[in-house]
Amino acid sequence: MKIKVLGPGCANCTTLEKRTNEALQLSGVEATVEKVTDFAEIASYGIMSTPGLVIDEQVVVSGRVPKVQEIQSLLTGA
Amino acid sequence: MTVEVQEIRRDQWRLWGGLVAAIVGWWFLYSVNRPFWEWLLFDTVGFDADTHLGAAVEFFFYDTTKIALLLGGIIFAVTVLRSFMSVERTRALLGGRREGVGNVAAAGLGVVTPFCSCSAVPGFIGFVAAGVPLGITMSFLIASPMVNEVAIVLLYGLFGWKVAAVYVTAGLALAIVAGWVIGRLRLERFVEPFVFETTLRGQPVDLTSGLTWSDRFAMGREEVVSILRKIWPYLAVGIGIGAAIHGWVPEDFFVDAAGPDNPLAVPVAVGIGVPLYSNAAGVLPLVEALHAKGLAMGTVLAFMMSVVALSVPEMVLLRRVLKPRLLGIFVGVVAVGILMVGLLFNLIL
Repeated sequence: MKIKVLGPGCANCTTLEKRTNEALQLSGVEATVEKVTDFAEIASYGIMSTPGLVIDEQVVVSGRVPKVQEIQSLLTGA
Repeated sequence: MTVEVQEIRRDQWRLWGGLVAAIVGWWFLYSVNRPFWEWLLFDTVGFDADTHLGAAVEFFFYDTTKIALLLGGIIFAVTVLRSFMSVERTRALLGGRREGVGNVAAAGLGVVTPFCSCSAVPGFIGFVAAGVPLGITMSFLIASPMVNEVAIVLLYGLFGWKVAAVYVTAGLALAIVAGWVIGRLRLERFVEPFVFETTLRGQPVDLTSGLTWSDRFAMGREEVVSILRKIWPYLAVGIGIGAAIHGWVPEDFFVDAAGPDNPLAVPVAVGIGVPLYSNAAGVLPLVEALHAKGLAMGTVLAFMMSVVALSVPEMVLLRRVLKPRLLGIFVGVVAVGILMVGLLFNLIL
């Protein structure tokens, strides 16, 4: 599974990355987490408010920081 | 009735009961704020209300509590309402709009769409790459930081609804006209080319639907905490300076230097305000104190607009997508607009 955290480096983006790693550990899913900070690439996902969470090239969350449990269910459901 | 249904019922009760309790508690705190600090500081600790120190200390505690309460309440309410709105939806509403009508719609949507300054660049790319005209995008980007719920409610709380209404009207007019002017100037060639080359993959999904009330309330609570955590240093400095001005600067200090009759007051205020970086919450306590000492309302509003609408960090971010020429024009058009708003209000208010 390939996960991308989209965000230019604001506070919310760092929180999202931390929670994503936490959710991965809790659910035991194997995945690579990549941080995308380039504006052109972020925008190419069609999101306009950061942070964004992308699982296997599919945007699942944008513009808010989901809770760890929510990320877990996104990970296992995807 | 099954156990499951009972549990859902109980959760619902807890949710809405909690909301009602929070509203009542908030109202109570708000109404005892002034008597409480007067009682504590003057009657119990023994400050004298007529001394500089006494006035400053009372202003500091009373104002900090009042602003924190106002902000907490507003941010929560607005976040819950805004969870029904998204930038993606706004873009869909703006796509294919003509200039004029489009500028008006963009400025209006700038007020209600959840948008933070760290999203300014992806937002800009998202709008322009999706075919929203440059001028209309600019109307959105100008209105969004300047006319927002925090500014509106604080202005209402500190100066009353007339000033708040004037500010909103002026801010919207400014965003509409400035965006329209930038659109008319045909400056698309001064946008960094990669913006137009950005291709948007896939269909943006609507991620705000499917949220429960419980989710929306949780978002509201988180937003209150995160915004207050982010702005409290600005707030503390603003209220601190405001308190000092309140206590020590004599009444009518600014009347001669920067009263309504001095045409230079507004340009100077805008010149100071543009490079400063703060938000409505940080600058308003300062603005309130300045106004109390005789600074004219138009000058005060122009100062506030220039602080929240234009700042050095925002320029640095926007430089990624705008060439220097367009960035300069953007700053120039907005600054001139603010100047005119300030001068006009000094004449009519």
